[in-house]
Amino acid sequence: MNKKYFLAIILGALALPLPEAKSQKTEQVPPNPTDKHSPTSNKPQPHEDEGQRLFEAHCSRCHTAPEGFSPNISGTVVRHMRVRASLSQHDEQELLRFFNP
Amino acid sequence: MTMGAIFSLALVFCARCGVAQDTPLISGGVAFLTSTNGGNTTYQPLIEPLLAAPIGKHLLIESRATILETFSPDSNGYDHTHFAGFTYLQGDYIVSPHFTLVGGSFLLPFNTYNERLSPVWIGNFQDGPLIASLGLLSSGSGLGGMLRGSAVSRRKYSVDYATWFSARSDNEQFNAKRSFGGRASLYLPGSRLELGLSYDRQLQDTQENFYGAHLWWEPKDTVFRLRSEFARGRHAQGYWIEADYRTQAFGGLNSWIGRFEPLFRMQQTFRRDNVASDGLPLTNVQRADFGLDYNLPHNTRILTSYARQFSSAGDTNIWETGIVYRFLFPTWKGKMK
Repeated sequence: MNKKYFLAIILGALALPLPEAKSQKTEQVPPNPTDKHSPTSNKPQPHEDEGQRLFEAHCSRCHTAPEGFSPNISGTVVRHMRVRASLSQHDEQELLRFFNP
Repeated sequence: MTMGAIFSLALVFCARCGVAQDTPLISGGVAFLTSTNGGNTTYQPLIEPLLAAPIGKHLLIESRATILETFSPDSNGYDHTHFAGFTYLQGDYIVSPHFTLVGGSFLLPFNTYNERLSPVWIGNFQDGPLIASLGLLSSGSGLGGMLRGSAVSRRKYSVDYATWFSARSDNEQFNAKRSFGGRASLYLPGSRLELGLSYDRQLQDTQENFYGAHLWWEPKDTVFRLRSEFARGRHAQGYWIEADYRTQAFGGLNSWIGRFEPLFRMQQTFRRDNVASDGLPLTNVQRADFGLDYNLPHNTRILTSYARQFSSAGDTNIWETGIVYRFLFPTWKGKMK
């Protein structure tokens, strides 16, 4: 295969989204804000910024947030994430507060 | 013991323990996937259920299984094969803020794909990278113990680690090789950059070392993600780079345009000799995947991709489409404190 053609495909595909990506503000939020179970549906709490930051850093890095879930399983979700994403104890507590403001 | 019986026993046991926000959950994905490779189309319905059940304040039992049916063309039309098995079944005991002890059958923490991206409801492409089998010692899971956790966590950086030992197991459900290994990752929240190194060694049959490195980058204030891995074994090596993006320019992520997710993945494999023991292609391969996913409401995704694969064994086109639904719910209606 022609190496120049091959290299052009790689560079072209990687370069295309970058200019717009840099100009946009993120809206990568966990569950739908209108959802009654959403951690973002309530008024901002003292720990929300930290929880939001941790959510984006540790959870959204791998997967899209599910569209809301029962508060009954928020502790289980966070504990599962603590093991899978090697969260610190502090991160686990902040995320739990974020899910249950 | 059947998979269903094990899941049921775990639920019954945990029913006595779940309180407040710690109700056991069932999550997972249901998918219908199609793949057309060289003109032959394969159909694959599958379900991947996941159970996570906390017991007390320090213990978590978790398991994932796969049940799938594959319909492939043959000389008489279509034939089908069936598979059902555990992906892992492990107990996690949180010993201290920095140590979590894992026991049972666990996913090998080599690079990132196996642990993070292999669930059907997470992966952007329906098939894994070509080098995904490097370092995973055939089954992708170990049977033994693992120590993992966050070594350091600061606002500007964090370091996590995982180290494990696996015994040999020929059990059909929990197949594993006698081996050991580990992974360490550095994450820089400011630049949203993660770098990691992995190593493992197979201690039975032909003893082999595997080395891995990964780099993930998600520029701040964007919905652009770049993921990449390199892996090297005794007989082959390779890499993959994947980029995905969603635009917010036309009404946000939940607008009909914002739900589109263009993808690109580049991958290459290189054989170091002709001993085929690692699952990689027998000849050097270059492959470019172009994908377009659509994120429907209600945790549903449509996955589409086209790949062109170049190798001395022949160039092929691979078309893939699929629909995936992700579910997540408590095992029962628990009582809040």
